[in-house]
Amino acid sequence: MESLVARAGWWLAALLVAVFMFANAQDAPFAVHMAVFALAALAGLVLSLRNTDYKLAAAGKKPAADQGRYDDDLIRAGVILTTFWGCVGFLVGLYIALQLAFPALNLGFEYTTFGRLRPLHTSAVIFAFGGTALIATSFYIVQRTCRARLALPGVAKFVFWGYQLFIVLAATGYVLGVSQGKEYAEPEWYVDLWLTIVWVAYLAVFVGTIMKRKEPHIYVANWFFLSFILTVAMLHLVNNVNLPVSLFGSLSYPLWAGVQGALVQWWYGHNAVGFFLTAGFLAMMYYFVPKQAERPIFSYRLSIVHFWALIFLYIWAGPHHLHYTALPDWAQTLGMVFSIMLWMPSWGGMINGLMTLNGAWDKVRTDPIIRMMVMSIAFYGMSTFEGPMMSIKSVNSLSHYTDWTIGHVHSGALGWNGMITFSAIYFLVPRLWGRERMYSQRMINWHFWLATIGIVFYAASMWVAGITQGLMWREYGADNYLVNSFAETVAALHPMYLARAFGGILYLSGALIMAYNVWMTVAGKLRQELPMRQAEYNPDADRPLVATPAE
Amino acid sequence: MANKRIDEPTGIETVGHEWDGIEELNNPLPRWWVWTTYMTIIFSIGYMIVYPALPMLKSGTEGLWGWSSRGQLAEEMKAGAALRKEASDAIAATPLEALIKDEKLMPLAIAGGAAAFKQNCVQCHGSGAAGSEGYPNLKDEDWLWGGTITDIHTTLEHGIRASDYPQTRTSLMPSFGKDGILTPAQVSDTTAYVLSLSGKHPNDAAAQRGAASFAANCVACHGADGKGLRQFGAPNLTDAVWLYGGTPDKVSASIHKAHAGVMPGWSKKLDAVTIKMLAAYVYSLGGGEESAAAPTTPASGTGNAKP
Repeated sequence: MESLVARAGWWLAALLVAVFMFANAQDAPFAVHMAVFALAALAGLVLSLRNTDYKLAAAGKKPAADQGRYDDDLIRAGVILTTFWGCVGFLVGLYIALQLAFPALNLGFEYTTFGRLRPLHTSAVIFAFGGTALIATSFYIVQRTCRARLALPGVAKFVFWGYQLFIVLAATGYVLGVSQGKEYAEPEWYVDLWLTIVWVAYLAVFVGTIMKRKEPHIYVANWFFLSFILTVAMLHLVNNVNLPVSLFGSLSYPLWAGVQGALVQWWYGHNAVGFFLTAGFLAMMYYFVPKQAERPIFSYRLSIVHFWALIFLYIWAGPHHLHYTALPDWAQTLGMVFSIMLWMPSWGGMINGLMTLNGAWDKVRTDPIIRMMVMSIAFYGMSTFEGPMMSIKSVNSLSHYTDWTIGHVHSGALGWNGMITFSAIYFLVPRLWGRERMYSQRMINWHFWLATIGIVFYAASMWVAGITQGLMWREYGADNYLVNSFAETVAALHPMYLARAFGGILYLSGALIMAYNVWMTVAGKLRQELPMRQAEYNPDADRPLVATPAE
Repeated sequence: MANKRIDEPTGIETVGHEWDGIEELNNPLPRWWVWTTYMTIIFSIGYMIVYPALPMLKSGTEGLWGWSSRGQLAEEMKAGAALRKEASDAIAATPLEALIKDEKLMPLAIAGGAAAFKQNCVQCHGSGAAGSEGYPNLKDEDWLWGGTITDIHTTLEHGIRASDYPQTRTSLMPSFGKDGILTPAQVSDTTAYVLSLSGKHPNDAAAQRGAASFAANCVACHGADGKGLRQFGAPNLTDAVWLYGGTPDKVSASIHKAHAGVMPGWSKKLDAVTIKMLAAYVYSLGGGEESAAAPTTPASGTGNAKP
C-alpha cells in the first residue's frame, strides 16, 4: 500500500510541477511542452491507480511476476512503435528530399520549412525508429541471453514510455522551432534533462538484468548494448551542458563556445553514430543473425578483440568532421588516423556476421530474413570502409559539405540500421505474438528488393551529386579563376535529387509493406502462399531458467 | 559449462559457451584482418611523425614535413596569384577607357570579373546578372547611375547609399504619401500621370491632375519629361523598365513610401584589379555605353530605350 501511495504521490508531484511550469511559461512552445508533460504525468497517475490490485495491496503484498516467463509486453509495444516511427521517419525523409528538388514544397509556413523538418526526419529515424528498436531488442536479448526475467519491471516501463515521451517532445519542438542548433542533439535543456533521467533508468534495468543472469558468461551482444548505453549517457551529458535563459523558457546557451563547442559537438555527433548506430545495432546483429541462421558465431576471439578495439578507437575519431576548419591541425590529424585505424575493428563485426553463415549459405537463397541480414551486414561493411576513406584529409577536401556525406550516412542508416532492424522485426513478430510465421514471407522478399533498390538509387545518386558538387566548387578555369557560382552547382544537382527521391519512394514502399505484414500477423492471419525457409522456434525452451520450473 | 564440441559443417571446435542456443566457434583471428590492422597502425604512426599530430603545452607538434593547413592555403593562393600575375599587372597598368578597347586584355578582364561576380554579386543581381525586383538588371541598357566603364567602376568602388563609404553615390526620394507631402488623391493622380508617360494609362483627367503635382514635386530629379537624371540616380519613368514594379499598385506604393536600395562599396573588400575586372565584366554584359556619348542626350523612342 505504501508503495502505491508513494508512486501515486510521485506522479501527482510531477503533474503539479508541470502545471506550475506551464502557468509560468515564457514562450508558447515551452507552454505546449509543459502541457505534454502534465498530460503524461496525469496518464501515469491514472494508470498506476487503475492497474493496482487493491486486494493484494491492502494485504500489504506486491503482485508477483511469473519468473518462469520473459517480460515481453514492452517488446511487443516496441516492435509496433518501431514499425510506426520507421514509416514516419521515412515519409518525412521523402518529403524533405522532394523539398530539395522542388523548394515550393516548403509551403511558405515556418512549420514546414526544410530547416525544421530536417531534424524531424533525422531524429525520427535515428532516435524514434532506431532508439525504440534498440530499447525493445535490448530488453528481448538481455532476457534470453541471461535466461532471466527483466529486472525492475516498473522502471523498465518508465524507460520505455519515458523514451517515447522524449520522442514526442523532441519532434513537436522541432516543428515549433525549439532547437539548440546542434546536429543530432537539437532538443532543448528540459528535454535533455528528461532523457538523462530515462537513460539512467535504462542503465539500471539493463545492468540489473545482467546481474540476475542464470548464465555464467555475459554474451557479446550484451557487451555491445552496455557500451552503447554507457557511452550515449556520457556523450549526452557532456554535449548538452547548457544554461537555460529562464527556468520557464525553452531557450538555453551552451557552455562550450567557438571551436571547443564544435569539437564537443562532433565528438558527440560522431560517437552517436559509433555507439548508437554501430555498437547498439551490432548487438542486434550478434543475436539475431546466429538465431536466424541457426549457426554458431564465427569467432569468439574476434568478437572480443574487435569489441574492445572498436570502442577504444571510435571515441577519438570525431575531429574528422572538422577537417580544414579552425580546429588545430594536430587535432585534425588525430581524428583522421584514429578513423583509419577504426576500419578493421569495424570490419571485425562484418566478418563475424557474414562468416557466421559458414555452413548455411544456402539459406540466403531460401530465407528472406537471412537475405536481408546479409545485405545489412554488406552495407555495414561498405559504409565502415567509406567512412575511414572519407576521413582522409585529401578525400575529405573533396567530399566535405557535399551530398557525398549524405549518401554515406544513408548507406549506413538505410542499409545497415534499417535492414538489420527490419529483419529483427520479422524475427520477433511471430515469436512475440505466438504465430506460426509472418503473414507473408513473400512480402518480406518484396520488402528486401524494394529497400535494396531504393538504397542503390539513394547512394548512387548522392555519390554522383557529391562528387559533382565537390568538383564544381573547386573548379578553376585555365586563367585560374573560379568557374561556377554556388547557384549553378545547386542547379546541376537537380536530376540527382530526383533520383534520390525515387530511391526514397522505393524504400518507404518497402516499409509500408512491412507495416501491413506486421499488422496482419498480429491479427493472426496467414497468407496462402508457397512457404519459404524459416528458423525453428521452440516456445517451451524460450523461457528463463528458474530453480523450480514454472509448470 | 564447458561444453565444447566440434561443429560439423566447418569442423571447428566451439568455445563451449551457449546462450539461448547461440554457440561460438573457436576460430582464430583472420590473418589478413590482423595484418591490415597492423598496417593501418603503422601508417598512422608514420603519418603522425610527418604531420602535426600531438598536443604539447603551447601548441601541437609540427611534423617533419612542416605542413600546416594555413600554410597550404597560403601557398595555393600564392601560386594562383603568380599564375594571374602577368594579366593582372597589365590590367592594373591599363586605364579603364583603354582596357575596353584592348582586344588581348579585355577578354582576360571579363573572365576574372565573371569569377568575382559569381562570388560577390550573384546574391542580389542573380547568377545571370538579370536582377530581380529591387535589384537592377545589369544586362540591359537602362542605367540608374550611368553605364560607361568609368560610371560602373565608380559605383563598384563606392557603392550606392553605402554608409561606410564617404564617396558613395547617394540620393533620397521623399516618401510623398507617408510623410503627407501629397494627399492620397494626389498620389493616385500622380500614379496615373507617371503610368501615362509610358502609355500604360490613358491621358485622362486623373493623369492631367497628376501632371501638376508631378511638375511641382518630381521634375527636379526625374526631369520635366520624366526621363530621369543620372546625377540623382533617378530612373527613367517613360520606359518599360521598373525596378520596383510597374503595376499601378506598385508605382503608387513607391510614391507613397519611397525606396532607397543599397549596394555595398567594394574597394575595402576587393583589390583594385578585381574591381576593374568586375567593371569590365558588367560593362560587357550588353548595356555598356561609350564614354564619347557621355553628354546625356536621350535617344527618342519607346519601350526599353536608352535613357
